[in-house]
Amino acid sequence: MAIIEIKNLHANVEGNEILKGIDLTVNAGETHAIMGPNGSGKSTLASVLAGREEYEITEGQILYNGKDLLEMDPDVRACEGIFLAFQYPVEIPGVNNSYFLRTAVNAIRKHHGEDEIDPGEFLSLREKMKLVHMDDRFLSRSINEGFSGGEKKRNEIFQMLVLDPTLAVLDETDSGLDIDALKIVAEGVNEFRRDPSKAAIVVTHYQRLLNYIVPDFVHVLVDGKIVQSGGKELALELESKGYGWIEREPASVSA
Amino acid sequence: MTTDTMMLEDLARKEYKYGWSTEIESDTVPPGLNEEVIRLISDKKEEPRWLLEWRLKAYRHWLTMEEPKWQNVHYPPIDFQAVSYYSAPKQKGERPKSMDEVDPKLLETYEKLGIPLKEREVLAGVVAVDAVFDSVSVGTTFKETLAEKGIVFCSFSEAVKEHPDLVKKYLGSVVPYTDNFYATLNSAVFSDGSFCYIPKGVKCPMELSTYFRINEASTGQFERTLLVADEGASVSYLEGCTAPMRDTNQLHAAVVEIVALDNAQVKYSTVQNWFPGDEEGKGGIYNFVTKRGKCAGKNSKISWTQVETGSAITWKYPSCILLGDNSVGEFYSVAMTNNYQQADTGTKMIHIGKNTKSTIVSKGISAGKSQNTYRGLVKIGKNATGSRNYSQCDSMLIGDKCGAHTFPYLEVNNTTSQVEHEASTSKIGEDQIFYCNQRGIETEDAVSMIVNGFCKEVFRELPMEFAVEAQKLLDVSLEGSVG
Ligand SMILES: Nc1ncnc2c1ncn2[C@@H]1O[C@H](COP(=O)(O)OP(=O)(O)OP(=O)(O)O)[C@@H](O)[C@H]1O
Ligand SMILES: [Mg+2]
Repeated sequence: MAIIEIKNLHANVEGNEILKGIDLTVNAGETHAIMGPNGSGKSTLASVLAGREEYEITEGQILYNGKDLLEMDPDVRACEGIFLAFQYPVEIPGVNNSYFLRTAVNAIRKHHGEDEIDPGEFLSLREKMKLVHMDDRFLSRSINEGFSGGEKKRNEIFQMLVLDPTLAVLDETDSGLDIDALKIVAEGVNEFRRDPSKAAIVVTHYQRLLNYIVPDFVHVLVDGKIVQSGGKELALELESKGYGWIEREPASVSA
Repeated sequence: MTTDTMMLEDLARKEYKYGWSTEIESDTVPPGLNEEVIRLISDKKEEPRWLLEWRLKAYRHWLTMEEPKWQNVHYPPIDFQAVSYYSAPKQKGERPKSMDEVDPKLLETYEKLGIPLKEREVLAGVVAVDAVFDSVSVGTTFKETLAEKGIVFCSFSEAVKEHPDLVKKYLGSVVPYTDNFYATLNSAVFSDGSFCYIPKGVKCPMELSTYFRINEASTGQFERTLLVADEGASVSYLEGCTAPMRDTNQLHAAVVEIVALDNAQVKYSTVQNWFPGDEEGKGGIYNFVTKRGKCAGKNSKISWTQVETGSAITWKYPSCILLGDNSVGEFYSVAMTNNYQQADTGTKMIHIGKNTKSTIVSKGISAGKSQNTYRGLVKIGKNATGSRNYSQCDSMLIGDKCGAHTFPYLEVNNTTSQVEHEASTSKIGEDQIFYCNQRGIETEDAVSMIVNGFCKEVFRELPMEFAVEAQKLLDVSLEGSVG
């Protein structure tokens, strides 16, 4: 079953077209990797999925679980199960992590007509931070304030595990991670993927991450278009040859 | 402009919850100000001669003064002859001796405001309340319990009768009647307020609070609070204020004086929520207040915490005179303005004694078309060697039609003292709001969370139950500034 269907998506920012006709379908149980040169539009695609207002959709359609995603406000999308792990997680001084998470959990529960989470249940959810090897004391610190680059990324994955979305979009979650942290984060993502009703879109520059989070499909985004799609081998090929050869060869769409 | 900004710009449309008024018969003197009116007020309060003389001296001095114009706020000239200087709910018979005898309508008013005038435990602790309605105190709770410890907590008028020596000794000792235009006016016409004296070595066992309510339409409110902590005493004092919604501006010119003797500690917290005017800027309270504390004794400490969300115009600088060696002054402030509100607020820390210390933490939040100014003076005298000040002034802007301004003045007159000043201005981040949205949190809740986070260092200073109230207030004043 398709979780998300992106059809001929065009998006502008400040009058410049960044996405120039994206087609992509992600089914339940699948993981899709998106690779591509700097500035090709990967984060833009992720932001458009999450509903950032700066991006103007000029053409195309996105269906999420069969519903028109573009009609939904960002918070509604999140409540409906879309999670974006930010390339640059945002700091919010004075708001502690634990309070923030509980507010998010309750907002999502409210959206589904459920009662607020009871403290005991929330405590057990918090245990998930062990999966990403985070210490308890991060819970009482302000959101991402003074976190190291790697800590911010782990915190994103921790939030994902607690909020338990349907579709996780991970934007360069591997950048800035050391080897051990990379494995830890990948384990977190794999834990999430184990459930066959979930799906993930993983944006990365490095094949290395895909050794740990093995994708079903790899897509190459160049200048706002998917120019090549393939299986996990495509990532290896990109690693050895770079993006130059794709831009020269005609696209062969196999996904 | 993005939708977020537009939403932010109209975030503040919830109604002022305290905007109703009480139908009660009152004894209000006709508008106008002259010596006759002052004699009349003094007479109604059966005041001693010396106090009438003091008022008259103040009035005569006031006539020679000009309204200050240096503050960064704008309003049409105030016609001081159009203000009524005294209004009190009509009493049937004798002045009530206890809360049980207070007019039920008044009790109801405070009940509706959420202020318990029945003596009972509230939330985290026990709070004794002095309730001031227009010009008079309508009752004080827990008086007997406090009296057992020798603590005096009563209305100002009562203190004049029962404890004239204390009043005479300290009245005007921190804010003299010549101090400034509005304080001088207050000295001439002040009607009531609260008085508190904590004797030597006594730690006040409960929070004390005054709750001010303006009810009458054209009255000014001029109350005066005098708080004295004797050697080694300590007290935490809360002050809250509301007024009905009216489309004319009303003047509130209060004076608060605090005296802390050797080793005494006073914590004074204010949650000011006077009617701010409507969305178009019509009506609202002019809140022109003089608040000052004197750390007269060594090792004494006075700490001001204020959360200012109300009033059309707020103009006040709770200050500390650090006279005693090693004394400490603190000022923690959140000032939130929305729609057409204007605030010019801050503090003065005057270091006179040796090794005196002061801390200033100010958080200004401006939304709508409001203007928010921090103005502060840190003055370290020649003999205040080894003194230190730390100031931090942060402003947050919501939307792009509001303004934030910071005027820190520094005067250091010796070489062994240190001052440190940090300031920042930020726009509430659209990335921060989007980040919250992306986790399922609606924009309005996101803004409230971000603003509360921004104010955390100040809220932390408030007594528990007040902190909760303050957060709720911020939410209400923010409402409508996001869609
Ligand atoms: N808000 C914005 N304002 C102006 N230009 C933008 C904005 N967002 C994205 N762009 C531009 O759109 C293009 C695509 O950016 P995007 O961040 O999507 O690239 P990316 O593929 O994620 O790159 P990287 O690999 O470096 O993260 C870039 O040229 C970028 O400068
Ligand atoms: Mg990117």
